[in-house]
Amino acid sequence: MPDVAEIDAAEPGASLWRDAWLRLRKNRLAVFGGVALIIITLFCLVGPWLSRYTYEEQDFAQYAKPPSALHWFGTDKLGRDQMTRIMHGGRISLGVGICATLVSLTIGVLYGALAGFLGGKTDAAMMRIVDILYALPFTVFVILLMVVFGRNIVLLFVAIGAVEWLTMARIVRGQVQSLRKQEFIEAALSLGLSQRRIILRHMIPNVLGPVAVYTTLTIPAVMLLEAFLSFLGLGVQPPMSSWGTMIKDGAELMEEFPWLLMIPAAFFSLTLFSLNFLGDGLRDALDVRTSKD
Amino acid sequence: MFRFIAARLLQTIPVLFVVATLTFFMVRLVPGGPFDAERNVPPEIKRELEAYYGLDKPVFQQYLDYLGRLVRGDLGPSYKFANRSVNEMIASTFPVSLQLGGMALGLALLLGITAGVIAALRPNSALDYTASGISMMGICLPTFVLGPLFILVFALNLRWVNASGWFDSADRILPAATLGIAYAAYIARLTRGGMLEILSQDFIRTARAKGASEARIIFRHSLRGGLLPVVSYLGPAAAGILTGSFVIETIFQIPGLGRHFVTSAFNRDFTMVTGIVIFYAVLIVFFNLLVDIVQIWLNPKLKY
Repeated sequence: MPDVAEIDAAEPGASLWRDAWLRLRKNRLAVFGGVALIIITLFCLVGPWLSRYTYEEQDFAQYAKPPSALHWFGTDKLGRDQMTRIMHGGRISLGVGICATLVSLTIGVLYGALAGFLGGKTDAAMMRIVDILYALPFTVFVILLMVVFGRNIVLLFVAIGAVEWLTMARIVRGQVQSLRKQEFIEAALSLGLSQRRIILRHMIPNVLGPVAVYTTLTIPAVMLLEAFLSFLGLGVQPPMSSWGTMIKDGAELMEEFPWLLMIPAAFFSLTLFSLNFLGDGLRDALDVRTSKD
Repeated sequence: MFRFIAARLLQTIPVLFVVATLTFFMVRLVPGGPFDAERNVPPEIKRELEAYYGLDKPVFQQYLDYLGRLVRGDLGPSYKFANRSVNEMIASTFPVSLQLGGMALGLALLLGITAGVIAALRPNSALDYTASGISMMGICLPTFVLGPLFILVFALNLRWVNASGWFDSADRILPAATLGIAYAAYIARLTRGGMLEILSQDFIRTARAKGASEARIIFRHSLRGGLLPVVSYLGPAAAGILTGSFVIETIFQIPGLGRHFVTSAFNRDFTMVTGIVIFYAVLIVFFNLLVDIVQIWLNPKLKY
């Protein structure tokens, strides 16, 4: 019988992820999503430095002009360059999406892992709380929170993150629980691997897959919630703007100046598309079964 | 079954208590009271107003008073609409939201299940890809993008319907469609998945071997199991449609409960906000219970 070190050496550690990567590359929609996402992110991050305009600078000769050579995406009713505003709006929308997802990721993973590890009555009680929280009208609470405490951007993503952690907690808990009973964990135990090694090599990689998939799918959900709040006038406040506030402003003027609605809406939807395709692709590639409920 | 329902109903009491408490104290953390925005209210009148609504008492006393009325189903008077109670305001605006939400949910189920079943019957065909592609678009086009686009195309350019308002039946089409489409898309995906799983099972092969017609196989044998994921999605969907109607009612200027909630929150109408939140919580809890019952009825294997 070969010893433990040899088995480990024979199988490269990254094989799960390499397999997943190979599968992901074959999924055209997911690749499209990933590439589009990288382009949009670069556009928003690097764009403002290359742009001739700032997001609040007004061009008094160019009020609400359609796209032209001077202003590629046109200008808004205050004569501000629409393209620069889209880049800044994208920074905020993506930023809120990622920060709020991180908040929900932290709460969800800790809560779920704890419930899964502890098991028994504690687990039952903890998951019962999650069930009850699921039944509450959370969007209503977020609206209330934004009204009560002013429209503070840090509060915005903390509030959204605090709403979105429930599903993550369920997924992690289910995964941890089923892993504890699996034969390969038992096998690893009987081979005499240390607790630390089992957790690092066998538990974490197996939980990481579903977490990665669900994180990718949480970002668009969070961005949607932020835009929803911004649309109601409860999100990011002027002169800052997210894609949500730009869509709101555009919707008010769409009759005369349709590009003010179309362009931010196109960017927003394309980003959601990309994230969802990428998430779906990752789920297939990592062979994760996630149920949304 | 009876015990299950009774237990679940009992469970809702602490949930509603927590919701009521949380909301009650949260709105009172707001800087500024409901009567601050009024122009030139002399201090003595403001005191009178606050005394009338019991706002001069200690907060905890107010809270006990509120709970006492709540137990009797009384959500208190509105601070902003003189002489109207919160119950009256909900009674006059909720039917509008209910109609909007009901139509949206009906549309979502009809479109979603049809598209999902068609896609599942011919998996990986052009038809399947078209249906799945359209669903993805429906999921990624949020209502606040879709609504204005619909208005732009169907109301302002084609002039088929009015851009806003809630008067004749034609006014219902655009808002209900805007609200329902995203859910239709989601339901289509769930139906496709559920049906694919059922259609690959042995008992369907047996039914086919015995010469059952395609229609009989779909309606008699597979839908019941294939729709289970859709049914469990209905709880979250109903909650989403309720809150989704905030945006729809704002875009289309519909006098429903959602728009009313947002305005009340901006106006610091404490009792109104608290009342509507509790009302929503009751609705959602009740709807989730309904969904659970339907689920058990559809799937006898589930234990309760």
